[in-house]
Amino acid sequence: MSFASVTFFVFLGILIILYYALPHKIQWVLLLVASYVFYLFAGWKYLPFLVFTTISTYLGTNYISRNAEASKAYLEREKDHLSKEDKKAYRAQAKKRSRIAMILVLVVNIAILFFCKALLVDPFLSLAKGNTSLSFLTLGLPMGMSFYMFQSLGYLIDVYRDKAKALKNPFKLALFVSFFPQLVQGPISQFTELEESLFSEHAFDRKQIAFGLQRMLWGFFKKMVVADRIAVAVQALQGEEYRGFAFFILMIFFAIQLYADFSGGIDIAIGIAQVLGVKLPENFNRPYFSRNIADFWRRWHITLFQWMKRYIFYPISVSKPMLNLSLKGRKKFGRFGMRIPVYIGTFLTWMGTGIWHGFHWHFILWGFLNCIFIVVSEELTPAYEKFHSRVSFSNKKGYDIFQIIRTFLLMNLIQITDLFPRLSEYFGKVASLTYVFNFHILWDGTMTKLGLTGTDYIILLCGVVLMFAVSMIQRKGSVREQMLKIPCVIRYGILFIMIFAVILLGSYGIGYDASAFIYNQF
Amino acid sequence: MESELREILEEIRPDINFDAETQLIDGGILDSFDIVTLVAEINARLDIAIPAEELIPENFNSAEALLELLERLDEE
Repeated sequence: MSFASVTFFVFLGILIILYYALPHKIQWVLLLVASYVFYLFAGWKYLPFLVFTTISTYLGTNYISRNAEASKAYLEREKDHLSKEDKKAYRAQAKKRSRIAMILVLVVNIAILFFCKALLVDPFLSLAKGNTSLSFLTLGLPMGMSFYMFQSLGYLIDVYRDKAKALKNPFKLALFVSFFPQLVQGPISQFTELEESLFSEHAFDRKQIAFGLQRMLWGFFKKMVVADRIAVAVQALQGEEYRGFAFFILMIFFAIQLYADFSGGIDIAIGIAQVLGVKLPENFNRPYFSRNIADFWRRWHITLFQWMKRYIFYPISVSKPMLNLSLKGRKKFGRFGMRIPVYIGTFLTWMGTGIWHGFHWHFILWGFLNCIFIVVSEELTPAYEKFHSRVSFSNKKGYDIFQIIRTFLLMNLIQITDLFPRLSEYFGKVASLTYVFNFHILWDGTMTKLGLTGTDYIILLCGVVLMFAVSMIQRKGSVREQMLKIPCVIRYGILFIMIFAVILLGSYGIGYDASAFIYNQF
Repeated sequence: MESELREILEEIRPDINFDAETQLIDGGILDSFDIVTLVAEINARLDIAIPAEELIPENFNSAEALLELLERLDEE
C-alpha cells in the first residue's frame, strides 16, 4: 500500500476514526493491527522476516533483562559473604552471558539482512552467480527491512547496555518494530525516544492533527510535484552523450530529486505519526545549508547516522584494542598517532554504511569519499581557524555562502555515485567537467528533450523556490506555528493551493509508481 | 583528577570555556571526533576506560558531568 494511494487514505481515515472513537486504552493495539495490515499489503511473503526479527529481539532482550535482574538479586543477597573481587567476577560472568545472547540475536538478524540484500535486491547479480532459483528471487527485499531491523537491533543493544528496559509484552515490542509510518524508509527511532508517545493514550487534539496533516501535505508536494517530476530528466541525463555541463546539471537535478523524495517521504511519515499523537524524530535539518561534509551528515538522514555513531563508530573507536593502539600511536607519532582510533572507526563506519546501501563498488566508493572528505576537513580545522583569525573576510556573509555552495557541490559529487554502478563511467563523467564546456545545452533545445516541457520547468522552479523559502523560514522555528500567526483566510488559501498543486501538478505518468521512494530500496 | 581532566579538555579544545558550558554535546560544540580523542586521552593519562555505552550526551554535556562519570567508573 503506497502512502500516495486512495487505498492508503481510506485505511488512514478508518484508523483515525477508530483510534479516537474507541477507548484510548487500546490505541496501541489498534496501531499494531494497522501496522500489520499495512505490512500485509506489501505481501504476506515478507511477514516471516518481520515476525522473526520481533520474536528474536523479544527473546534476546528478555533473557538479558532476566539475567541482569537475577545477578543483581544474587549480589544483593550475598553482599555480606562475597569479597569485592568475587562480586566483580560474578558481574563480569553475568555480563558475558548477556553479551553472548545479544551477539547471537545480532548475528542472526544481520546475516538475514545481508543475505536478503546480497541475493534478493540484485536478481541479475544472483542469477549471474547461478546460486539460487528464480522463484525465490521474485521475493525482493522485504519492505523497510533495514529500517525495522536497525530499530530492533538498536533496542537490543540498549537493553544490553541497561539504557532501555525490556518489554514484557511481546505485542508492544511488535508495535515498536513495525509501526507503519516508519516502515517505508524510516526515520529510525530509539526505543527511549518513542516509548512514551507510542504506548500512551492520546486524546483528540485538533491542533496536532491539523499539523500532522499539513506536514503530510508538504511531504506529498515535495515527493509528487518536485521529486517525481524531475526524476524524468534525471533518468534522461544519465545517457552516455550527456557530459560536461550536462553532467553538472544532472548533479544539481539529482540533488533536488534526492532531497525532495527522501525528505518528502519522511515528512509524510512524521505527519502520519503526528496525526496519531506519536512523535517521530526528525531526519533532516536543512542539509543543503551545511558548511562542511561532517556538518552535512549531522543534518541529512540524521537518525541513520546517529545509529551508526552510537552502535558502530563509538564501540569500535573506544574498544580496548583501539585504545591500546592509540597509546602506542601517541608515543610514536604524537597527536596524529593518538587519533588512529578515530580514523579507523570513521573508515569502518563509512565502509559499513556504503556496503549497507548495496553490494556494489559505487556504494563503496561513496563511503570512501565521505570518509576521506570528513577526515581531511576535520584534520584541517586547526589550519582553517588559524587562517580565519588572520584573514578578515572569513567572518563575512559571502564566505558563509561560499562554504555552503562548496559543501553542496562536493556532496553532489559524492551523491551522484548512486547513479553510476560502473565506476569508470562515473570518473569519466566527472573528468568531463574539466574539458567539456557545452553551456549551449541551456538554449539549443537539449533541455526540452529530457522529457520535461517548459511548464514542467516552471513548476519545478516554483517548487524549488518554495522549498528554499520554507528552509529560510524554518530558521526562525516551526513553519506551521508561524503560519498560525497569519490571518486564517490567507492560511487556508495557502493550504488549498498546496492541495490543488499536489492533485493537479503531481506527476502521474503511465506506469507511475508513487510508492517507489528512492530510499525504500535500502 | 579534576585538574587533570581540565588540562586534557583545554588541550583538546582550547577555544571552549569548560566552566560555563553545559551543552557541549546538545549544543554541537564537541563532535564525535572530539569525544573519541577525549576518551583516548583520558585512558592514556588517567587510566580510566570509558565504555561505548557511556558515550551519551548526559555524560559529556559539561565538564562537571564528565568528572562525575569518571569518578563513578573509577569506583567500579
